[in-house]
Amino acid sequence: MKEYTFYPGCSSEKGASAANMENSVHAMCQMLGIKLHEIDDWNCCSASIGYAGGGELPRMALSARNFALAKKQFGNRDLVATCAACWLGMRETHERLEEDQQVKADLNEALQAAGLSYDGGIKTRHMVEVLIEDFGFDALKAKVTKPLTGIKVAGYVGCQTNRPFGVAGDNFENPQYLDKMTEACGATAVPFEKKVACCGGALAFSENEKSCALIRDILQSAVDNGADVISTPCPVCQLNVEVYQDKVNKMFGTRFRIPVVYYSQLFVLAWGGGWQKAALHQQVVPADVLKKFA
Amino acid sequence: MAYDLSFAREVYKNSEMGHWIKMCMQCGVCAGSCPLGPHWEHSPRQLFQMVRAGKKEEVLKSSSMWMCTSCYNCIVRCPRHLPITHIVHGLARYAMEQGMANPQQPTHRFASKVFWENIVATGRVGEAGLTMKLYFLDGLGAGIRMGLEMKDVALGMVKTGRLNPIPFRGKIKGYAGFQAMLQKAAAIESKHKEAKA
Repeated sequence: MKEYTFYPGCSSEKGASAANMENSVHAMCQMLGIKLHEIDDWNCCSASIGYAGGGELPRMALSARNFALAKKQFGNRDLVATCAACWLGMRETHERLEEDQQVKADLNEALQAAGLSYDGGIKTRHMVEVLIEDFGFDALKAKVTKPLTGIKVAGYVGCQTNRPFGVAGDNFENPQYLDKMTEACGATAVPFEKKVACCGGALAFSENEKSCALIRDILQSAVDNGADVISTPCPVCQLNVEVYQDKVNKMFGTRFRIPVVYYSQLFVLAWGGGWQKAALHQQVVPADVLKKFA
Repeated sequence: MAYDLSFAREVYKNSEMGHWIKMCMQCGVCAGSCPLGPHWEHSPRQLFQMVRAGKKEEVLKSSSMWMCTSCYNCIVRCPRHLPITHIVHGLARYAMEQGMANPQQPTHRFASKVFWENIVATGRVGEAGLTMKLYFLDGLGAGIRMGLEMKDVALGMVKTGRLNPIPFRGKIKGYAGFQAMLQKAAAIESKHKEAKA
């Protein structure tokens, strides 16, 4: 049993947009022998666009408070995030705090107002790093009881799980890890030109039509390469590329209807966990093509 | 004509990561790498040169910075390793601080008015409240119109347990401390800026 401190983030709360990720991640961890210790009373990480209202120090203070709580509750155990923006925001704050004594002093002065302190030392990691580095592709493959044979998957890595920090030393322009996860499940990874393209991120809210144009290109590339499903590690990618398909179809006269799932859902299914545990009942575009493996 | 470096110096000192602008060699890889490239009033490359040319008003009133989706493509491709995404975020924030950001710019309104206020209100983002507030920024009529336009998206999410239709959630337990911490952090940041000015 491997144990980690866990930061779910706002979109993984009960009844929030990435509830399908949260539920399938917990099932995946349980099947793999991972125990996640959720930080009690965590706050938002500030996501991608907290910079505008929050500026520099208040924005970083958000992650600093989570670090301080994590240390108090679970010591220096690795802190794992599943959301791309949470991981990125925490990792940025972690690096600036560890490398710049002024930032560390300022953040501690702010933390003091909350009766907290943080002297550094917790490593911030993404769930896919845990899978790759602490378990490895062979171990992930060895658990497969229902190989997803014949399913063609477009591995959509997206932006923030990939840039600027990268996963497992992978290449920014053509990372391989998600395709290797697909193959570990027994499915086929298809070529996918939009693997690391942007879906619009938070701008899908404020600039929906500009984002829909990006989403159209991503969907088109997946369909052109014969994909049955799109798989992703990122909750914003999953949401944007899934729920705006009707809007895209209206805007561009297309007829896209392709399921967009998380890597964690594919693992749970391939490991024999079934439909509910994989949270596949929580897809807005039903992933019927995967039903035969449930 | 003499160069006026006063705005450039202002940005180097007061805008997050602004000092890196000195290092830009105007190659344009950032401009060519941006997913919203076609929608920029000025590309990052142009913005950086405009900073150096002292065009304060044009830079801070530009809608460009608000086109950033935080995809970090420009950061990993910049041959001089400028943290371009952060510089652009910094300029957006600085435009706000100087009162020059267009209040009607959609991402400016969303990021500063709706999103940050949503975090500060409870400690966590509540997605339903966030969406409702954004839609109703321009009044009841516009809100209802947006709501109707997006109703199928919302219904699909409610049905699959991914959108809580009751836009209320409680505060985090340590909310008083959380609020005090954010106020303190903002005070430290302004103190540093005054000291540098």
